[in-house]
Amino acid sequence: MPQEVGKQYKELLQQYIDNRNEEDLYFGQQFSRQFIEKKIAPEDVISIHKTALAEVFPDLPEKVMYSFDFLIEMMIHYGLALREHQSLIRKQEEIQMEINVAAKVQDTLLKTKIPDFEGIDIGFITEPAKKMNGDYVYFLNDDNNVASVALADVMGKGIPAALCMSMIKFGMDSLQGENTSPRNVLDIVNRIVEKSVDDSMFISMFYGKYDARDSSFSYASAGHEPALIYRASEGGFTELDAKGLLLGVQPDVDYEERSVMLEVGDFIVMMTDGVTEVRTETGFIDEGLIKSILLEVKEESAQSIADTVYNRLLELQNFHLRDDFTIIIFKKENDLV
Amino acid sequence: MNLQVELLEENSVQRFKIVGEIDAFTAPKLKEKLAAVEKVVGMQAEVDLSEVGYMDSTGLGVFVGFYKAVKANEGHVKIIGVNKRLKRLFEITGLEQVMDIVMEESRDADATV
Repeated sequence: MPQEVGKQYKELLQQYIDNRNEEDLYFGQQFSRQFIEKKIAPEDVISIHKTALAEVFPDLPEKVMYSFDFLIEMMIHYGLALREHQSLIRKQEEIQMEINVAAKVQDTLLKTKIPDFEGIDIGFITEPAKKMNGDYVYFLNDDNNVASVALADVMGKGIPAALCMSMIKFGMDSLQGENTSPRNVLDIVNRIVEKSVDDSMFISMFYGKYDARDSSFSYASAGHEPALIYRASEGGFTELDAKGLLLGVQPDVDYEERSVMLEVGDFIVMMTDGVTEVRTETGFIDEGLIKSILLEVKEESAQSIADTVYNRLLELQNFHLRDDFTIIIFKKENDLV
Repeated sequence: MNLQVELLEENSVQRFKIVGEIDAFTAPKLKEKLAAVEKVVGMQAEVDLSEVGYMDSTGLGVFVGFYKAVKANEGHVKIIGVNKRLKRLFEITGLEQVMDIVMEESRDADATV
């Protein structure tokens, strides 16, 4: 192989020395790509040059030829640096592949299904600002009467955030029956998270549980953005806030649990700060803006309400999300079928 | 985006004055500055946010980490100069309940001093 490229190299060199035109130089440049592909080290290129030169000009003074031996030594460490660089690129490619696999595993692992039963219409949208989502939505639905939802915003992105989400999911999956009251769920998840996360990492989480038997919605919050409830009878919104510290800050936290009753036409809006803290060129959006969009589409389906809020706010940010965006709607439907 | 952190020691209180915006880009710098002292046993730290125009959850993460580290070393963190928006952030996250947070003094109060 080196003999073959050596021969071609000699021909190109000869041609350039004879004619000295730009085109031949360009050929040389293209030819160097083959060298790289064939993993010919810089010091070997000099060696090839030396051999070729000796054949083109057999009468070159010996001293000039010796200078190439010196140059070859000069190039040795460049060659080592190049090989190191190439091996780093390979490693990086391997890591990238592993991350892609991890992202796929995450997608499968964290898949969630909207509970579907009469009495409550649920819609949601979650969009990451970058490749991996730091917002996490998980629905639980044990029987035909209770639909629960966890909405978490993990500070930090990528692999650590993904691992955290798996932790939350399995923490919740391990709970059953009477243990699934919102304050209990947050308490258990907090204990798991607190033991496992890095100091500067934390998670905010809102947990809501709708019971179709009495149309009650009970909820608790771990440092999460308050939800909103739309009251059809009043035509306005009330904030659903509940006291509770972020997950992962300290082990013993008393989470407050509250409950509201839903009437037909009422709906609950749960969001992350990617929705409430939208920043436009002129500053933060007014908090009344989200409510006014919600009012406009209050008669539509839960999914359509969520989509409309998303589309409008995306437009305001010139179609470029700055933060992960998640909105979930629970809307009480007419009891009569 | 620019962020400056000044450290002043006053009567054994470590006073950090933070100027600028705290977001994903500037937070690592802040974290590094705070991490340099967070292991000091029994440290009394005071973080002044009155010149911070914007802070997102990454910034909050830095303070949570700092709070946990200082507390583990039997120190105390006080956050002062918190404006209305930041106050809401500390309220919602429940951090107000566990951290020592002081609202920004109003201009009137300044005038009477």
